[in-house]
Amino acid sequence: MSVEAEHSGHDHIHVSHQFEDIDQQIESYIVGMWTFLVTEIMFFGALFLALTVYRSLHTDDFNEAHKHLDKLLGATNTMILLISSLTMALGVRAAQLGNKKATQMFIGFTLLCAFGFLGVKTIEYKSKWDHHLIPGPTFAFKSVAEEEAEAKNGGIEATPPQQSTPTPYGGNQLTPTIPQGQGAKFVGSASGKDEIAFDPNRQQLPQDGKQLFFCLYFIMTGLHAIHIIIGIGIMGVIFFMVKWDHAAVKDYMPLEMTALYWHFVDIVWIFLFPILYLVGH
Amino acid sequence: MAQAATHESHSSDTAHEIHSVVFYVKTFIALTVLMVLTVGASYFDFGGWNFIIALVIAITKAAIVVLYFMNVKFGTKLTWLWAALGFLWFVLMFGILGDYVTRDWIRLPQGW
Repeated sequence: MSVEAEHSGHDHIHVSHQFEDIDQQIESYIVGMWTFLVTEIMFFGALFLALTVYRSLHTDDFNEAHKHLDKLLGATNTMILLISSLTMALGVRAAQLGNKKATQMFIGFTLLCAFGFLGVKTIEYKSKWDHHLIPGPTFAFKSVAEEEAEAKNGGIEATPPQQSTPTPYGGNQLTPTIPQGQGAKFVGSASGKDEIAFDPNRQQLPQDGKQLFFCLYFIMTGLHAIHIIIGIGIMGVIFFMVKWDHAAVKDYMPLEMTALYWHFVDIVWIFLFPILYLVGH
Repeated sequence: MAQAATHESHSSDTAHEIHSVVFYVKTFIALTVLMVLTVGASYFDFGGWNFIIALVIAITKAAIVVLYFMNVKFGTKLTWLWAALGFLWFVLMFGILGDYVTRDWIRLPQGW
């Protein structure tokens, strides 16, 4: 095809019969991917909106709760994602140049970064678990200042929630208050079944705002982590397709699509990191 | 790309230009500097400005990623349109939220 010959460096790209020329084909690929990314923006956008609304309703609680997030680990993850974005872009470049070895190397490095990100995330989630910050019946918030004070007073670990406290209007409090200094474990309600019934008359409990923050934290970072895992899957497949010279990756476009997706995941984190970890005093 | 000029109809511009390694590394360094800035700023108390600073830096970073890593800057007009749509959606959504926030600003007379 004469069209291909005009573009040095892309001679190996095959123009499918439904396209007029290579430019139209590439544009179709890219616009198609962007269409998907716009739906992703809508999807994450709604969550950012929810975060904005609830932050404005529970500003003090959110500011207090966010101090439990480790800025340093968050920054580390930001850095890991930025590096992976760079290696991804360089991977696409290598594919454009038709350099198979370099392409594989850069995809491999990006994969490593992705696993590194998940590793750091695991450490963070584990620490939330240890501090009883997972939303649900065991949620027992203590401010960072309180925990530090406790640690000073003889290094006692933060007391876990002991038991559920029956409320005046029957049923359980969603967030049990913690009677200090008792050793019993949280075992659900006194009647033995979990009754966390919806009660329209339930008062606002002091921990609700904080719990809400961690709900949003886990939903948003969790969804982001799922995107990372999906990215690992896609990159893994592309890696082996390149390795085995699959016909589909003669064109660099599949890798370019993966890169667009990966950069998008990076952008989501670019917003998540400051809004969850940094903002609020 | 020089050969793009020889091609008549399509706005091929530089849709699939191959950039230098330096180009990508520079982009990465810009992003890293901005990240350090945003973390650094969080250690100071600027009151309500903390949020605005963080947001402005985040938007700048996102713009850099979209323009240079995602190659929209060198993309076709249609690519521009799609990327702009994503941003427009965000503005629209938060703009509509503004309606709820500002409803109490004007006290309506009794009986409305």
